[in-house]
Amino acid sequence: MEQKNILEIKDLHFSYNKGDEILKGLNFSLDDRTTAIIGQNGAGKTTFVKLLKGLLRPTCGSILFEGKDISTMTVAQLARHIGMVFQNPNDQIFKNRVLDEVMYGPLKIGMSETVAKEKSMAALELVGLSGFEDKNPYDLGLSSRKLVAIASIIAMDTKVIIFDEPTIAQDFYGKERIKSVIRKLRSEGVTVITIIHDMDFVADVFERVIVFAKGGVLLDGSAKDVFADEAILKEAYLEQPNVTKLCQNLGYEEVFLNTDEFVTYWRKKTG
Amino acid sequence: MAMSTEHSKIIVENLKYKYLATDFLALDGISFSVEQGEFIGIIGKNESGKSTLCQAIAGLVPNFHKGAYGGRILIDGLEVKNVELSELCKKVGIVFQNPFNQVTGSKLTVYEEIAFGLENTGIEKQEMIRRIDDAMELLDIAKYKDRNPFDLSGGQMQRMAIASIIAMQPEVIVLDEPTSQLDPQGREEVYQAVQKLSKKGITIFMVEHNMEKIASYSDRVLLLDGGRLIDFDTPQRIFSREDLDTYGVEVPAFTRICKELNLKNPGTGCYPVTLEEAYDLLSKEKREM
Repeated sequence: MEQKNILEIKDLHFSYNKGDEILKGLNFSLDDRTTAIIGQNGAGKTTFVKLLKGLLRPTCGSILFEGKDISTMTVAQLARHIGMVFQNPNDQIFKNRVLDEVMYGPLKIGMSETVAKEKSMAALELVGLSGFEDKNPYDLGLSSRKLVAIASIIAMDTKVIIFDEPTIAQDFYGKERIKSVIRKLRSEGVTVITIIHDMDFVADVFERVIVFAKGGVLLDGSAKDVFADEAILKEAYLEQPNVTKLCQNLGYEEVFLNTDEFVTYWRKKTG
Repeated sequence: MAMSTEHSKIIVENLKYKYLATDFLALDGISFSVEQGEFIGIIGKNESGKSTLCQAIAGLVPNFHKGAYGGRILIDGLEVKNVELSELCKKVGIVFQNPFNQVTGSKLTVYEEIAFGLENTGIEKQEMIRRIDDAMELLDIAKYKDRNPFDLSGGQMQRMAIASIIAMQPEVIVLDEPTSQLDPQGREEVYQAVQKLSKKGITIFMVEHNMEKIASYSDRVLLLDGGRLIDFDTPQRIFSREDLDTYGVEVPAFTRICKELNLKNPGTGCYPVTLEEAYDLLSKEKREM
């Protein structure tokens, strides 16, 4: 199936200080597929995401959103198209009522009160927080607060949503909820991108994986193809998901991304 | 308390604690004891009391975070609550969950930041320099020594926070999710560094959501839920419990596979918890297939 490019990255360069290039000419496109960008600390992942949001501007090269160069758009204009969920919900949340928090973004980008409320209620339902509208976000536990932060971005109805380290400080339940939210967003046609260090989570949820290293792209492919390549991952200071590692040690040619895949395979073999 | 625990490094007796302005116990009658040099993993879902227990071991609860406190914690027979923090910090160090909350804000370089704790203990300059250099090398951050602490990335800041505690050479180190922002290999390096300290006789408490790491590094694991201690045992026995779902705890991927396939380690009667253990068991099964 032909994938429609949402974002095109063309010869993208960036440096904070002259002579010390952080991104050294990136070229790739992002489409509907859920995409995880992984790499060592300092590989340029956060810088790249800030460029997508227009918070930083390229020193050279360009980013096109649906064919249009984002350098012609202000940060405020871009906010209608590309949303980002902060790593720590406490850095994002500032209102004392859940519904106010979720409606803040939609109102800021010019939705009417009625539409903003409708979108916000739908977003809260999608993350499983219907009925929490009048609560104070700070009375909620960390995983629910994270979901409030996610809902406030979903409500803005952007084409692209970036998750910055979605699993940090999340327990098992929290991670499972975030997984299901990402799957729902995917099915609704939102392009989900993440920068993340949690390989098991990536293997479970993301279709495409891009490995950043030293300001360039080292590897780009389906989760199965990327996680099969132990040597390249090592070079990028990463590691294989736990199940993939175990199965490779056991001598299997197939690449297994999660426990279910392997257990099903094993049962079939043993009858 | 049993007599055998009388000489333990750390003894926690019926510890209870309630934060100000809340109406529930964050810690609810916790008792256990730990020997010198043990590597203790602390697990449980969000709000189960993990961070509060860490703060209590380091004396910040109740000396910094006020609230209602009951029971006691003894480190080498000293009651934590009654020891001045300035004294206690030589015995026990804590690495916060968010390194941002730990940085003093009063120092302009990473080197000075790591020196901060030592400056307040009156240690000789040569000894300070030696300890700072060692800590920076252990955490691989010597190359950032002249940077401003706030110009560091999250991962670099976490390494600096750990180094600044290690430089103090406390006998007990409490780490609250210290590697959440590190890349996988960086995380593994930090675990190996911490394991080295534990082998040298430093007692370690580690809060972590990554169960594979807990399983492969901990001598014993504390399982908390709703402020109560549910279990305190080896990783093998903890992760072989059938009720972990109830406590919002994921088992290591290796354990999950073996549970599904009903493969127990005949030696321990438990499910495997590490890659090596699962490999041994599965490769044997595979040969017989």
